[in-house]
Amino acid sequence: MKAFTYEKARTPADAAAAAERHPGSRFIAGGTNLLDLMKLEIEAPPHLIDVNGLKLDRIEPLDNGGLRVGALVRNTDLAADPRVRRDYGVLARALLAGASAQLRNKATTAGNLLQRTRCPYFYDTNLPCNKRVPGSGCSAIGGYTRNHAIVGQSEACIATHPSDMAVAMQLLDAGVETVRANGSTRVIPIADFYRLPGNTPHIENTLQSGELITSVVLPRPLGGAHFYRKVRDRASYAFALVSVAAVVQRDGSGRVALGGVAHKPWRVPAADAAMPRGAGATVDTLLAGAKTTSENAYKVPLVRRTLEAVLVDAKKG
Amino acid sequence: MDDLSDMKLSRRDLLISGAAAATSAAIPGAALAQAQGAGAAAPQPVNPPPTMAKTTLRVNGQRRELTLDTRTSLLDALREHIKLSGTKKGCDQGQCGACTVIVNGRRINSCLSLAIMHDGDEITTIEGLGTPDKLHPMQAAFVKHDGYQCGYCTPGQICSAVATLDEIRQGIPSHVSADLNVKPLLSVDEIRERMSGNICRCGAYSNILDAITEVGGIKA
Repeated sequence: MKAFTYEKARTPADAAAAAERHPGSRFIAGGTNLLDLMKLEIEAPPHLIDVNGLKLDRIEPLDNGGLRVGALVRNTDLAADPRVRRDYGVLARALLAGASAQLRNKATTAGNLLQRTRCPYFYDTNLPCNKRVPGSGCSAIGGYTRNHAIVGQSEACIATHPSDMAVAMQLLDAGVETVRANGSTRVIPIADFYRLPGNTPHIENTLQSGELITSVVLPRPLGGAHFYRKVRDRASYAFALVSVAAVVQRDGSGRVALGGVAHKPWRVPAADAAMPRGAGATVDTLLAGAKTTSENAYKVPLVRRTLEAVLVDAKKG
Repeated sequence: MDDLSDMKLSRRDLLISGAAAATSAAIPGAALAQAQGAGAAAPQPVNPPPTMAKTTLRVNGQRRELTLDTRTSLLDALREHIKLSGTKKGCDQGQCGACTVIVNGRRINSCLSLAIMHDGDEITTIEGLGTPDKLHPMQAAFVKHDGYQCGYCTPGQICSAVATLDEIRQGIPSHVSADLNVKPLLSVDEIRERMSGNICRCGAYSNILDAITEVGGIKA
């Protein structure tokens, strides 16, 4: 690990301003992904800004019936919150499907959104990776691609986004609230938060330099039956091969989002409209234009079957 | 497999490129800083000097004042500075759970946490749970059920097991909880899921489960 200087920020605006003063610095909260990457020197920030003291660890009800989740709310606490369990089951289920209890105890809401890919070539510093060293090439293309993206990928990057929580946030149309170095705040709809890799896979979201996530806003509850079905190589403590987040209403309408298939949580509005016509029609829309390799072509039927299983469960009520 | 062999690198080439990567290890960070930082043109020193910082931990009830390199993990602070070597370094990447300790009542991977971020925190390690003369009930149960073979993962398993039973009692749900809106069951399935962050290379899982089941008061 490269040496770094360290400070504890007192307020969100203070943290954002510190980030601007220290080019290349990083915010640290749970640290469960950042420190891992710093040990391998994939991340080498000269300065860390500890944001754990910012008092952004509350979950507050909103007048419109939604919830504001502080950026520092730990994954364990978000999943255990009675309001989240009752009204946003898909989110609680997604959180509990991720990582281990030890990691969920540290990992934060904002940090989970900002997880980096687990593409093994991103982690292997002896091989080119456009996400790690822009312009160096992609070792995954032509490499082992069993876990890689089947939609939205580019010639520069075929990595997937690893988060379970973010798939549920995408499904729920969450809003990402931020503060910038000049003190101004904004809300980024989650649909606009993540970027496809294109030619700049190292830029993964639409946050500006030094911009700090302060909270994530959940719109009022959708009702319906909530599902997060994750398919993985082990029964627990493994990243998704594919995952399906869904909210299904009694009349068969609903919403669906996918994990494990793209550079970002994958949602296609037209696919939601196809849900009453069944899993086949929905997945045809969700994965239209999919480009697979011989190693990851299995993801297409796996997504369809997983959604079918969810719809069968939804009918059982 | 065919695709990788296309690289046609000899072992010597690999060693050379490995050395080149090692000497240019600062480049990825600098490149990212330039890409993402506003006006981040200022070059970073290749090897910035270590920064020292003071921190005070409360470990097993004792106050410990330390001056540490900011890079020191909580795990290394416990093992190398406080000389409590019960907590083990397995993967050092948050994947194996051997380094599990309990901080302010919550179990965490001490390898993925900076010591300086725990100023004022209450930390319980395996040494704080019990002593050879007065074992914690979970330690005694691991002995009774032979919940280990080599023993390297055991301190982490035991800290994690103690926290697991606490979490179930507190009503924190898990991936296998059938109904999110009722208190989770104290069951074998719940324990198995909740212990998935602790890997045992010897495969003592069934005995570990027996030990936790007994302490939890579950009828097998």
